[in-house]
This record gives sequence, structure tokens and C-alpha cells, in this order.
Amino acid sequence: MRFMMIVKSSESSGRPPKELMDAIDKLGQEANKAGTMVASGGLAPTAVSTRIRLSRGQLTKIDGPFTEAKEVIGGYAIFDLKSKEEAIEGAQRFMELHKKHWPGWEGETEIRQIFGPEEFAPKA
Amino acid sequence: MTATDTHRAIDAVWRIESARIIAGLTRIVRDVGLAEELAQDALVAALEQWPKSGIPDKPGAWLMTTAKHRAIDNFRRHKLLERKHEELGRELKTQQETAVANFEIAQDDDIGDDLLRLVFISCHPVLSTEARVTLTLRLLGGLTTDEIARAFLASEPTVAQRIVRAKRTLSEARVPFEVPRGPDLAARLSSVLEVIYLVFNEGYSATSGDDWMRPALCEDALRLGRILAGLAPNEPEVHGLVALMEIQASRARSRTGPSGDPILLLDQDRARWDQLLIHRGLAALERAEQLGGASGAYALQAAIAACHARARTAAETDWRQIASLYNALADLTPSPIVELNRAVAYAMAFGPASGLEMIDLLASEPSLKSYHLLPSVRGDFLFKLGRFAEAEAEFERGASLTRNARERQLLLDRARACAGGLSEPGPR
Repeated sequence: MRFMMIVKSSESSGRPPKELMDAIDKLGQEANKAGTMVASGGLAPTAVSTRIRLSRGQLTKIDGPFTEAKEVIGGYAIFDLKSKEEAIEGAQRFMELHKKHWPGWEGETEIRQIFGPEEFAPKA
Repeated sequence: MTATDTHRAIDAVWRIESARIIAGLTRIVRDVGLAEELAQDALVAALEQWPKSGIPDKPGAWLMTTAKHRAIDNFRRHKLLERKHEELGRELKTQQETAVANFEIAQDDDIGDDLLRLVFISCHPVLSTEARVTLTLRLLGGLTTDEIARAFLASEPTVAQRIVRAKRTLSEARVPFEVPRGPDLAARLSSVLEVIYLVFNEGYSATSGDDWMRPALCEDALRLGRILAGLAPNEPEVHGLVALMEIQASRARSRTGPSGDPILLLDQDRARWDQLLIHRGLAALERAEQLGGASGAYALQAAIAACHARARTAAETDWRQIASLYNALADLTPSPIVELNRAVAYAMAFGPASGLEMIDLLASEPSLKSYHLLPSVRGDFLFKLGRFAEAEAEFERGASLTRNARERQLLLDRARACAGGLSEPGPR
């Protein structure tokens, strides 16, 4: 089963401490070695992002920064795992690192399953 | 958290940690069977305690510490039993001390080395291929006996027996817990790769709708391959195998139609190929080539798969490149199946006549005597050459040899098309 982990937090949190980045790097290396993480990335600030919106039959282009969003997606990782529980365990470890290395930081990791062939399979 | 949630969480922790725990324990107790039992004991303890106490902060470390205590108890018990044999008693004391010291070491970064040793011991040549596969899935894949039984359509007691026997064999043969060196390494590594690819193929060949446990085997094999690539990053054939599996797995969702019927590679909807896996596969192949392993058996097969993966449409396929890769593969690992595939590549690259010439050399090959693809492929070449009557006979022969009903229908359809001298039926 494939999962996308989406990390959300306020963009005004500032720069993450080096200890956190190192710890995340180590966790990522472990996940790579364990053969579970198949892709990951950090996203540029929404200040330089652009949205193409369709509303009432009209396309509009809206450039960031956006004022309405409290927490935005800052990064993602894609994992091939056996179960959702395994994804939850992984996300908890990831968030524990934030708890340990970045006191006061608030945010969340959302775990979303990416549909694979089994979801399109003919049901027996 | 409900008890069920906790049990599921424990399953997940087990899946993530079990191989490392068993590897670390094997280093301490020097017996993979005992190590697995100790790890299982720790799992049982977790199942008893965690629903009440909650899941500890570091569940992996908890399991390891618990198992370590069991290991020391085990040594002590043995020591009591053997008290009269003083020499042995002293030895056990030393063992116990080493055990604690070893455990401290095992906590460190070289857990990777222990994992690699566990891979090699699970795929040791004293074991039958079947036992190697079972033990690898069990010890490294973290699969339960029940999961392995379902995956291989065997009964649970059979698999359990197989595991017990394999562990006994390793113990009796006093197989050392080590990474082979020198000339041994290549042979032992190829046994490991063979086991992983066998697991992959067991999953890849099963695509029927009610059998989704078996494609899970592809995922297990892929995961094992990726782990191995992390543990032995300088072995080109490991990357070659990973590349081959990643690229083959990328086609999983386009290999069957809506009603479960197989779709051949050239007829597949390439938009449904998993680009993430293709990307990873091509990167792994590049790594194998950088390490000087372009001519390895897995790297060559991966390179063939990569030719298909790179072609945006079937018509864009670089068949000349594929034909030349099959030449290399036929030199390295000659087999009638490779020859058959080489003939197909030649027919695509240089025209059906050249394919026919090659395939006719296989006509007397005993191992292909009842292999339906031989007449099917030959029929295809003849059809393309306009020799419809001969093609019809070949398609009919192919239909009579296949045990797959859908394939039989396809071949009979093609035979009928020959009878009318009509054009080939379109892709299903």
C-alpha cells in the first residue's frame, strides 16, 4: 500500500533547528534503507506559489502569498508500506522528532493512502 | 486506543523492527532459531503488556531489551542445568558476559551488518530453496506463518514445519553468523538475489482478483531488495535486481483488464505505468552500471525492461537495443527461454524472417516441447510473413498446449483469422 505523508504547519514558524533537520535526515536515511520511503520533498513557501482556480466556469490565476491559510503543506513523503498502522507508526516517529528538537512548534502530519492497483482490482 | 488498535500498532512495530531485533539477537546468542524464539517471546510480552500500559515511547528498544533479558535468563537456565559440567558452566558465564557486551555493540550503527548477516544465513546453501524463501520472508520480511502459507498456497502447519526444520538445519550445520568473503561472496550473494527474485515472481505471476495476497509478495520482494541495496550498496547485481523488480512492478496495474484477463506488454496502457517506480528502477540500473555491473544477468534483464519503460508508445521501442541485450544475456545465461525471447526481439528489430530462422533452431528443444509460447510465437512470425496456413496450424497447436482458458481463446481467434487470410485481430 502506498501512502503520502503531508506535513502541515504555519509558515511563520521560522527556520527549523539544525538538530531537527539532522534527525529528519537520519530518519529518512533509515526509511530509505528499510526500502519503505520511495520519494520525499520539501515545498517552497506559498509566497512564491500560484493557484489556478476554477470557479463558476472561470479560470483565475492567483499568486501567493495567501492570507487565509493558517497551516500550509510544507513537505511530503511517499511510502510503500504493509498497512496504515505502519504509516501511523512512521508518522509518529517523525512528529516525535519535532517534539524533541523544536519545542513550541505546532503542526501535523496527515496520512493519506494513494490508490494502487488493488483498489482497481475486480472484486472477487 | 482500543485493544484492537493496540494489536494493530504492535503488528506494525513488529513489521518495522523484527528483522533488526532478530539480527541483533542472533549476534548475541549465535543461533538464529533461538534468536527468533526470543524475539517472539518479546512480542508475546508486548501483546500482554502494551494494551494495559500503553505503547512505550521506543517500542523497538523495548522489544529488544525484553528479548535480551530472555536471552540472559536462557543462558542462566542452561547454566543451572549444566552445573555439574563446570567447564561448560564457565563457558556459559563468558558467553553471558559477551552477550551483554554484544548487545551494547548491537545497539550501535552496525545493526546493518547484523541484518546483512541475517540475510546471508536465511539464504544459506545448506537450506533447500523452499526453506530459504520461507525463512527470508519470516525473518527479514516479518511475515507471519499464516501470511507465508496464504502466499504460497500451502497449509500453515506445513510452513511452520518448514521453518522449524530450516532453523534446525542451520543450527546443526553450525552455520556461522557472518558475511561471506572472497570467492564465496559472489555465489552466496547470487543465492540471496535468487531468493528475492523468486518471491517477486511468485507474486508477479499471480494477478487474479481474489488472490491479492500474492501481489503483496511483489511488495515484500521489492522491500527486501531495497533493504539489500542499502546494506550492500557496492554490489552492482543487487542494484540490477532492484532495477528489474522496480520496472516490472511499475506495470502491475496495467497487466490485467477489467475482468482480470491478461494484457500483453505491447498492448498495455502505458499511461497507467507507475512512473515513480520506473524512475526508481532507471536510477537503480544507472547505479548498477556505474559500479561496472552493466553485464550482470539482472542488470541485463533490467536494461531490457528499461527499453520498454523508456518507450512512450509500443512503436517507439528500441528493438535493436533489446536484441543486442538479449545477445549478451544468451551468452551469459544460455537457456531456451532466453533464445525464444531473443527471437522475438530479432523479429521486431530485423523482421519476422530473422526471428523465424532463430526459433526454428529451437524446434527440437525438449524443454520447450509442450511450451505453448513456442508455437504461438512461431505462428505470429509466419502470420506476419503471410504464410497463413502454417500460422493457423501453429496457433492451433499453441491453443492445445496452454492451460489458460483466456490464452487459448486468444490463440483460437488468431487461428481463425488465418483461416480467412484476414488481418490480425486487434488488441483485446
